[in-house]
Amino acid sequence: MDGFGTGHLVYLLNGLLWTVVLSVLALLLGGIAGFGVMLARISQRRWLRRVSMGYVQIVQGTPLLIQMFLMYFGLGVAGVQVPALLAAALAMMIYSSAYLGEIWRGCVQSIGKTQFEAAETLALTRWQSLIDVILPQAARIATPPTVGFVVQLVKNTSLASVVGFLELTRSAQVINNSLFQPFLVFGIAAALYFAVCYPLSLWSRTLERKLNAGRRQA
Amino acid sequence: MQYEFNFAALAPYWGSFLSGAWVTIQLTVASVALGMVIGVLCAIARRSAFRSLRTAAGIYIETVRNTPFIVQIFFIFFGLSSVGLRMPILWAAIFALVINVGAYTAEIVRAGMDAIPHGQIEAAEALGLTKFQIYRDIIIMPAIEKVYPALTSQFVLMMLTTSIASQISAEELTGVANNIQSNTFRSFETYIVVGLLYIGITFLMRAAFWGIGQIAFPRRRKLGEA
Repeated sequence: MDGFGTGHLVYLLNGLLWTVVLSVLALLLGGIAGFGVMLARISQRRWLRRVSMGYVQIVQGTPLLIQMFLMYFGLGVAGVQVPALLAAALAMMIYSSAYLGEIWRGCVQSIGKTQFEAAETLALTRWQSLIDVILPQAARIATPPTVGFVVQLVKNTSLASVVGFLELTRSAQVINNSLFQPFLVFGIAAALYFAVCYPLSLWSRTLERKLNAGRRQA
Repeated sequence: MQYEFNFAALAPYWGSFLSGAWVTIQLTVASVALGMVIGVLCAIARRSAFRSLRTAAGIYIETVRNTPFIVQIFFIFFGLSSVGLRMPILWAAIFALVINVGAYTAEIVRAGMDAIPHGQIEAAEALGLTKFQIYRDIIIMPAIEKVYPALTSQFVLMMLTTSIASQISAEELTGVANNIQSNTFRSFETYIVVGLLYIGITFLMRAAFWGIGQIAFPRRRKLGEA
């Protein structure tokens, strides 16, 4: 039985590459959809608030694993044969849209009604006040928790392995099936995830500290 | 879209669905209880006067928080069995879940502890409370009270995470679903039913934690913050 060699490491690094690709896709798609969720959650139309609230409750009340299966089998049912990457990216989009939407809604609502009112007295439309007054302020508050969520996102791409997408976790499984050295193989996989996630965690923490610098008591 | 939904095919399996949900609830309760203990201990270690203890707790917390649970559970389950340590699947699942949720709990509880004003601890010392009493009544309980909503969300997330135990073939809700869909070929319907069951468990859990909060933190109830 051969030990863990360079070839295996290259295979794992290739898996890591796809983990990063899926994370970026999920963040982009989920960010766009999450922005929509945030808008719907603060909408002036009650039905839109209700519907988006229900959407968030459903997504946040079910495991991502189930969402992966539903997307994978669901698209198959609809007669669309999609590659595993697309099914995984769509499931991750739905998942992250609910969480990002809620994070951003919290940030927008923390800006304070008076800002909206002030914008209104200046005769700005709701869109103008949102884009020129509220969002620039909210973005500053939203950055640290968003980066924090990206860490969750990167970790959760590991669940794409269950629909057969060959990212880092799946690659580790494949190698382990032939070598059966689980401590070594999954240990290296964990170290690779750590190498991506830990800097992001630190960055999120630094951003948060900077943001709170003004508010901290002596 | 030509698909015809057929939920009737799943009807004979309602008992399996329920037993899967029950296992999920058991996994959750065990992991929350043990994870809470580990979490509080690690939060105390993280604030300890001993540097080595602080570092050890920090390494544990950061390692767990920055790697995916599925890799952790594979590492533990396949790893332990590769060195000849075979344990029942559910035990391995609980073990992995506790290690995972303990780290998240530790960070949340520590944030609560850091928010306790130092003057309160000094006041307790001045009143002659013992170190144990200070920890229990002045630091730990008020800290948990402060971060209770965050803890609740974290534990709900953990309940959803138990689904990953299906990947080491634990017979919890998702594992049961995987079996049923391979028997009935009704995968889409199966996962819809299971998704609804998870939503049900989420609501149950939120209600349970609300109830526990009402009992455990009477002051919060009196202040009307709950």
